[in-house]
Amino acid sequence: MDAQQRQAYWRENLKLMAILLTIWALVSFGAGIVFVEQLNSVSFLGVPLGFWFAQQGSIVVFVLLIFVYVKMMDRLDARYGITEYEQEVHHS
Amino acid sequence: MSETQLWTAIFVAITFSLYIWIAYRSRVSDTKGFYVAGGGIPAPANGAAVAADWMSAASFISMAGIIAFSQNGYGGSVFLMGWTGGYVLLALLLAPYLRKFGKYTVPDFVGDRYNETARLIAVVCALVISFVYVAGQMGGVGVVFQRFLGVDRTLGVVIGMVIVFFYAVLGGMKGITWTQVAQYTVLIIAYIIPVVAISANLTGNPVPYLSFGEILQQLNGLQQDLGIDAYTEAFTRTSMINMVLITAALMFGTAGLPHVIVRFYTAKSVRAARYSALWALFFISLLYTMAPAIGAMSKFNFIDQINGTPVDETPGWFNTWVDVGLITVSDSNGNSVIDLAGGFAATAADVGVTSEVFVNNDIVVLAAPEIAGLPAPIVGLVAAGGLAAALSTASGLLLVISSSVANDIYYKRINPAASEARQLLVGRIAMGGAIFIAGYLGINPPGFVAEVVALAFGLAAASFFPILFLGIFWKKATAIGAAAGMAVGLSFTLLYQLWTLPTFFGNDPILGIPPTGVGTIGMILNLLTIFVVSQFTPKPTPLMQKVIEDVRYPGRSELVVAHAEGTLSEAELHGEDRHDRP
Repeated sequence: MDAQQRQAYWRENLKLMAILLTIWALVSFGAGIVFVEQLNSVSFLGVPLGFWFAQQGSIVVFVLLIFVYVKMMDRLDARYGITEYEQEVHHS
Repeated sequence: MSETQLWTAIFVAITFSLYIWIAYRSRVSDTKGFYVAGGGIPAPANGAAVAADWMSAASFISMAGIIAFSQNGYGGSVFLMGWTGGYVLLALLLAPYLRKFGKYTVPDFVGDRYNETARLIAVVCALVISFVYVAGQMGGVGVVFQRFLGVDRTLGVVIGMVIVFFYAVLGGMKGITWTQVAQYTVLIIAYIIPVVAISANLTGNPVPYLSFGEILQQLNGLQQDLGIDAYTEAFTRTSMINMVLITAALMFGTAGLPHVIVRFYTAKSVRAARYSALWALFFISLLYTMAPAIGAMSKFNFIDQINGTPVDETPGWFNTWVDVGLITVSDSNGNSVIDLAGGFAATAADVGVTSEVFVNNDIVVLAAPEIAGLPAPIVGLVAAGGLAAALSTASGLLLVISSSVANDIYYKRINPAASEARQLLVGRIAMGGAIFIAGYLGINPPGFVAEVVALAFGLAAASFFPILFLGIFWKKATAIGAAAGMAVGLSFTLLYQLWTLPTFFGNDPILGIPPTGVGTIGMILNLLTIFVVSQFTPKPTPLMQKVIEDVRYPGRSELVVAHAEGTLSEAELHGEDRHDRP
């Protein structure tokens, strides 16, 4: 990768991170805490929705967020021709 | 010996033999194997090891009880979201980059990226956090032995010490990793089987995710009859702002805990580090999404069976927990019946004053199968699961202690000429010494351990997270900035915690900020300090900025390899005027 490609790669990485972390904050601090009372008037699987987000839903979303992250990063790496990522990196 | 004790003994014997066999098969002879398992662990196995490392006696034994009893449902969500949400931060912001940097310990990264002062502060933080934590694990081992096998608590802790000594000293990280994979399997089976069985018993639906709603409705009804706030009602125990502060402190603290971060160094590649984080959170989520269900079901069963029961007709499981002092009961209104009106006492000392019953959080999961009347083998299995959770976390923490002493202090500071064999010997001696101290703390727990474990997250959030994060994402973060930031964040958080904790000064919280949530504010102060101080202090050298730049891309790069192997010129890397390195 030349300097310009590196910059583009890093910018895409940062953009993906920003989107995923926004969702991360919305489900936990948003749905689970700040808007919990409003959401509790709706029920999901018989559980008040805000309470469900606080106790189970946010955890499910967290797993999905990391899943999307690793898959998107795989695609990003492939697009920029980073193929040696499976190669063992060093230790000191 | 009762039937329960027999089954517990059988499960404990089988699982302990398995751990020892694995340890013997994966013994190591070099420092790379000892510290990072040779860096060749496949992602799913590494994820399971992270999960076992992470889920301690607190997650397995105590968490469901804390949620259901001491936090009355909703308030306990801080632990559920905090202890899982941190993995998103780890996966996106730290793990891949730290893996690429390629070191053995967290202080190693801090020392190489910044300077030796920062390294020393980091070593001290890592040691304090790890010792506090490990004492709690050994205490958990003692509780399980005492209650389920009728063994003396001290003997229980000693048995745990011997097992950990065997596989951690012999196999180092490699032995620990493969044992943790086995321990994860044991603990998750031990958690899921009773949850499914109790769910089927109570509602006829074995899937706890689907029966959760029905149980919550019934529990809300029961609590309403007793005059307790509804279980699903928000902000009855903790205000909205404090929920946010505590959750954030736990999340950022999770991402800064050295024994978790170090596990990502064992991944084979940058890509494997990302996948390890995914597998880890997936494995953790299995237990964490079940915990609220088992907490609610146990509480429902408990109220259902105990409220209105004559004092001399209490069920057998109730009496055995009263005998070991984890349930306290007093018929304070003298009507010979246990009344739960008004709820449960907050501490054992309040029994007879505010309420007739106190339930220790630690028994909720361990007692759940007995409360639900499940057969003895399941009870024994849960006991073995509790031991697996405590031992796996203890071994991960002991490795951090051992590598901090042998690598960060002995090799990097005292004797850089030490041979491989010599470093390994020092690592093993440090491990042995740490096991000894941990066992001692487990047998004679200082009164404040339970409080301090929750606070360790605040300290990790206020000290480690900002310097790791900015160390990767901001090339111009300077060494002096980082040392200052860590000092400010750590001392602010620690002083506030000492100021407010009942065991220390016990003053009222300022502006209502709880000591468990102050880490979030300490973290923000740390970030601001680094940002401001970095504007006025010498920038990292061009070579260092280039190394950081390279860390951001996966794949092999000669510069990072040369850096990790220590062949780059010190003067060029850290500046001409730096003479503080051996």
